[in-house]
Amino acid sequence: MRTFIGSAALALAMLGSTALSAMAQETIKIGYVDPLSGGGASIGQIGLNQLNFIADEVNARGGINGKQVQIVGYDNQTNPQISLVQVQKAIDEGIQVIVQGNGSSVAVAVSDFITKYNERNPGENIVHLNYAAIDPVLTNEKCSYWHFTWDASADIKMEALTNFMKDKEDIKKVYLISQDYSFGHAVAGAAKRMLNEKRPDIEIVGDEYHPLVRITDFAPYVAKIRASGADTVITGNWGQDLALLIKAAGETGLDVDWYTFYAGGAGAPTAIKQANLENKVFQINEGINNLGYGPAEERAGAYMERFSSAPVYFPRVFNMMDMVFKAMEEAGSEDPGDFIPKLVEMKHDSFAKGEEGFMRADDHQFFQPLYIAALGELGEGEKFDEEHTGWGWKLAATVPTEDTLLPTTCEMERP
Amino acid sequence: MLEIILVSTLNGVLYGMLLFLMASGLTVIFSMMGVLNLAHASFYMLGAFFGFEISRRLGFWPALIIAPVLVGLIGMAVERYGLRRVHKHGHVAELLFTFGLTFVITEMVEMFWGKLPVDYRVPPSLDFAAFTVFSVNYPAFRLFVLLISVAIFIALLLTIKRTRIGLIVQAALTHPGMVGMLGHNVDRIFMLVFGVGVGLAAIAGVIAGPILITQSNMAALLGPILFVVVVVGGLGSLGGALVASLLIGLVQTFAVAFNVSLADLFGTSQLSAVLEVWLADIWRVTIAQIAPIMPYILLVLVLIFRPRGLMGTRDT
Repeated sequence: MRTFIGSAALALAMLGSTALSAMAQETIKIGYVDPLSGGGASIGQIGLNQLNFIADEVNARGGINGKQVQIVGYDNQTNPQISLVQVQKAIDEGIQVIVQGNGSSVAVAVSDFITKYNERNPGENIVHLNYAAIDPVLTNEKCSYWHFTWDASADIKMEALTNFMKDKEDIKKVYLISQDYSFGHAVAGAAKRMLNEKRPDIEIVGDEYHPLVRITDFAPYVAKIRASGADTVITGNWGQDLALLIKAAGETGLDVDWYTFYAGGAGAPTAIKQANLENKVFQINEGINNLGYGPAEERAGAYMERFSSAPVYFPRVFNMMDMVFKAMEEAGSEDPGDFIPKLVEMKHDSFAKGEEGFMRADDHQFFQPLYIAALGELGEGEKFDEEHTGWGWKLAATVPTEDTLLPTTCEMERP
Repeated sequence: MLEIILVSTLNGVLYGMLLFLMASGLTVIFSMMGVLNLAHASFYMLGAFFGFEISRRLGFWPALIIAPVLVGLIGMAVERYGLRRVHKHGHVAELLFTFGLTFVITEMVEMFWGKLPVDYRVPPSLDFAAFTVFSVNYPAFRLFVLLISVAIFIALLLTIKRTRIGLIVQAALTHPGMVGMLGHNVDRIFMLVFGVGVGLAAIAGVIAGPILITQSNMAALLGPILFVVVVVGGLGSLGGALVASLLIGLVQTFAVAFNVSLADLFGTSQLSAVLEVWLADIWRVTIAQIAPIMPYILLVLVLIFRPRGLMGTRDT
């Protein structure tokens, strides 16, 4: 009996795998493992929209290597454990390319899982494309051959941001407020270290951590910032933790400059407009609208038209998929084992302004020009506003690719 | 120091009254019907989205009236065709029913308005600083919230304690058979109470929407704290809910203001070196860091030492 069940299972498994490989020949399936329900869903949905948009573009051109691209969404509820179940499910369904981004804790778990999976199953190559998790461990201690990241790490962004801040004479007292988890601590730690190095005269008047996505009333925190006498606040907050913080500051009339990573994220521009903080909230990222670069305006315009209720997009997702598809075409294969060598050290004109960036072989970090911008009233000829607020990002400084290069401690094991 | 105390007290009271506004409907439904409505926060969210949609077309003031009425009608329909049927199967069935309802409402909201926050703003007529204390502006809208909360508290209290309707409602809870014999339609009374309860949640939604973020996950974020308010105050006690809301608002606000940790308290004495080894995990955690979990600590303490809540009449 037991042997019968065993052989039946084996036969089924073989049947399954042949069926899967037959399907895989017709389409290239890309698994998107990110929050599609719960608190992170508003962000996760944007990534999915964007991948679908890019897949449709590619399919309209005839696909990649003659095959159509299909995006499959897997809801991980921003939870590392659920993510691993979903990644396994995606692999079982014949998917070799996993896109994930939200939550550094999730990204570390997924990257770890995929690396071990590939070790244990030689010949089955799975790749982790990370478009948002920026905890520096991902490209240092915990780097992996099977993990690639397109967003600049927290250290890189802070390096660029503090280089910008160091020339601003009027910054005297800085307040740090961050979410109480690994990423928030990475941001605050980097800010303290780098400011101390570049502008020892700046006083850090507060170093606050609050629980992640639990606060409804930020008024007491704003009162504390005011009492500290700060003129500048640095925060790694995202999502509602940023939007509510900004709203509370606007309501009570707190007059400081804000330096953020995620003020471009869903909901934040709306909050900034409501708080009426014109040209006071800065963000650093890999691209903004209205840089006057034709191809980006055309593509972003088409995207916003299609998703007019959620017009926010991440330029890095365009960079990521453009590069991955290019690597697949150059290698003539959709197997990560074949196309990764093409991706490593690939040069790419970044989406936002067509300036060159490159994938570094040492740690699989994509280096690209970064843009520091503040939200304010749109000027002449600037056609894109954010979230229908009538305000848009106004460039304050461009950080060229060569100024974003930071050393890595990554010791990558290559197969 | 005076500045911190004054500003924190004001912030705490404003936040506490907002909490009361949200929790009042929950406590009304529980005290009148004995139903713990897990979907309360979902009706609050529905109120916020209705408020957003109506104020976009007709303005904020019509929204403040129409949205709660609409949500109240939906609530009555839910009671008439859903809750009443499961009522005879006991409290577990009711809990499960309202629990399921939270998912249905969340999905519906996401279908109509998506998952991204909507741009729901404070009405221009209330968008100014009412007064300034130590250069902190207090927006007129927050004062408006305070006034509405107080008005609702007084109106509810008077209705329940001083009017004929209130008496019948109270009687219907304890002696439904007798009230029915006297010629009152008990089922209809319960339907009305449920409608009023979720209508109150909707008022809170219309008002809190512009202050907080109107988004499809707002119900899930607020749900837990409302239960803390109701349990700490005493299940079914309106006065208790008011006191508990203010207490939670003040405790949380004051806690944020203080950066004191155990390490600071004990200084560098011999004792502190010993304690530091034993309490390494919490040694340097400041009160400010644990402020947001204070309400839950309060909940646990109340459940241990006074299970009926501050002003409740029966044990939870």
